[in-house]
Amino acid sequence: MSAPLPQPAIEVSHLVKNYAGVMAVNDISFTVPRGEIIGFLGPNGAGKSTTMRILTGYLPATSGQVSICGFPVATEADSVKRRVGYMPENNPLPDEMRVSEYLYFRGRLKEVARRKLGSRIDEVLELCDLKRVRHKIIGKLSKGFRQRVGIAESVLAEPPVIIMDEPTIGLDPHQILIVRDLIASLRGRMTVLISSHILPEIEMTCDRVLIINQGRIVAQGTPADLRREVLGKSAYEIEAAGDIGSLAFLLASIDPGLSVASEGPLDAQGFRTIRLTTLTLEDSGEAILRACLSEGLRVRALSREHPTLEDVFLAATRRSWDAVAEDTAKGGAK
Amino acid sequence: MKHFFTLLGHEVRMLLVSPSTYIAAVAFFLLMGFTFTTILEQYSKAPQDISPASAFFDYYWFPVIFMVPLLTMKCLAEERRLGTIETLLTSPVTTVEVVLGKYAAAYLLYMLFWASSSGFFFILRRFAGDAHLIDPGPIFGGYLFIAISGLFFIAIGVFASSLSRNQSVAGIVCVVILAGFILGGQYLANAPWLDREALSPLKDAVNYAQIAQHREDFTRGVVDTRELLFYVSGTVLALIFSILSVEAKLLHS
Repeated sequence: MSAPLPQPAIEVSHLVKNYAGVMAVNDISFTVPRGEIIGFLGPNGAGKSTTMRILTGYLPATSGQVSICGFPVATEADSVKRRVGYMPENNPLPDEMRVSEYLYFRGRLKEVARRKLGSRIDEVLELCDLKRVRHKIIGKLSKGFRQRVGIAESVLAEPPVIIMDEPTIGLDPHQILIVRDLIASLRGRMTVLISSHILPEIEMTCDRVLIINQGRIVAQGTPADLRREVLGKSAYEIEAAGDIGSLAFLLASIDPGLSVASEGPLDAQGFRTIRLTTLTLEDSGEAILRACLSEGLRVRALSREHPTLEDVFLAATRRSWDAVAEDTAKGGAK
Repeated sequence: MKHFFTLLGHEVRMLLVSPSTYIAAVAFFLLMGFTFTTILEQYSKAPQDISPASAFFDYYWFPVIFMVPLLTMKCLAEERRLGTIETLLTSPVTTVEVVLGKYAAAYLLYMLFWASSSGFFFILRRFAGDAHLIDPGPIFGGYLFIAISGLFFIAIGVFASSLSRNQSVAGIVCVVILAGFILGGQYLANAPWLDREALSPLKDAVNYAQIAQHREDFTRGVVDTRELLFYVSGTVLALIFSILSVEAKLLHS
């Protein structure tokens, strides 16, 4: 466990999970290298939690292979469980225990040596900013503290792989920031798989994003890659005044793909907002500006749109809904 | 079985902070104390043909029926309701260890309560001054019966708890199964329709499963291996079913 092994931390191939005839996970494959933080995105019921539960060995898969640090989950569940720190959805905790007691119990179950456990508990309490509540009863803690107890528990045994199902749900922005820093501090040391539907969250912490919908992976890559791949275009917004009739023709001379997507109404000063879209990814802002000025347009503002992960997510999930709709239409035609 | 003692310690602690344990303890001591004084009063008025210990253990079934569910109804049902079973089973422990840990913790407390009831006999011996009321044979036999039948009763409680995620449902199921075994057996033994020739195998089975009869034998000092086998095999079966039930619920969750 100490020396870094060559195989990837998480390897999933052709994973399928059926629940009483419902396909929760449908042929998912992905690989996560060691030390990476990966975000798992998807609408409710997409199969995120199911996939995570299969990764931890809690649920058996219907078919496909999953291995953690080279150990197949199906046959060596025990080795897998020793290498995974898991925080389930809604972070269940026993209400009657004190924080330090709970961590001690979990540490013993996770086979942390008794001698090291005390200092390790101090470390994670420090890491998660829980020192003040270490002797409090878990049932009386606020949501933010409970969430951090869950995170502390999952990193307690220093597992090489950490899987957290919605670790930031129900937290206030300040606490989200703390959790995000905490996860970022694990980068390089541990492989972290987190699921969320808070997109800025994922975008800021994760090296790579997997978008899953209807039990399938609909997009994966770094946030920047995804923008390019899923949206496949960039957009500009100009606020200009004057005759824009010949603008479309001029734009085509700069870049054949560039076209006017929409024109806003005139405002009090005679300016209107024009949206341009193009399929290329190079910044052609300067050329557009020059073209507008040469045409005698007065330009007040020009900006390139930065699509957020939210746009990517919506586009990717919509694309997969369309695919599903097509499938069912075909099925109906037959 | 590496984690058995960690889990056992945890479960005992969980039982000691649970109100239902204290309800069970208070009810048990009130009831058994009352029973014991009533028996003593009878014995002081007129001589009886059985020893007071035997009469005392005649009422074993009453505390069993409420104490076992109170001690066990929470163990698996609550874990599933809260979802902590998920964190428990994703750490390197097996379902067998989890179920056995809970079972052993409940059994320990059950035996602790019964063992403290031996204080009644001690007080009697200390203050009554004469030893004719205290016959060690039936007392030992009675406690041996309690220890062995307790294995089976607690296993039934654990099994009932594995069936539902609602602890009151688990508790009621447990009461029904226990009453079925203890009182239902007695009822069937006296049922005239079972005396027919065709039903004789069934009659034999009912006679074999007479828990009240077993208790009588134990207090008389007769320890029959067939009776031991009844409780041990019942315990093993109930525990296997609990483990299977926990695992099956995961598959179909």
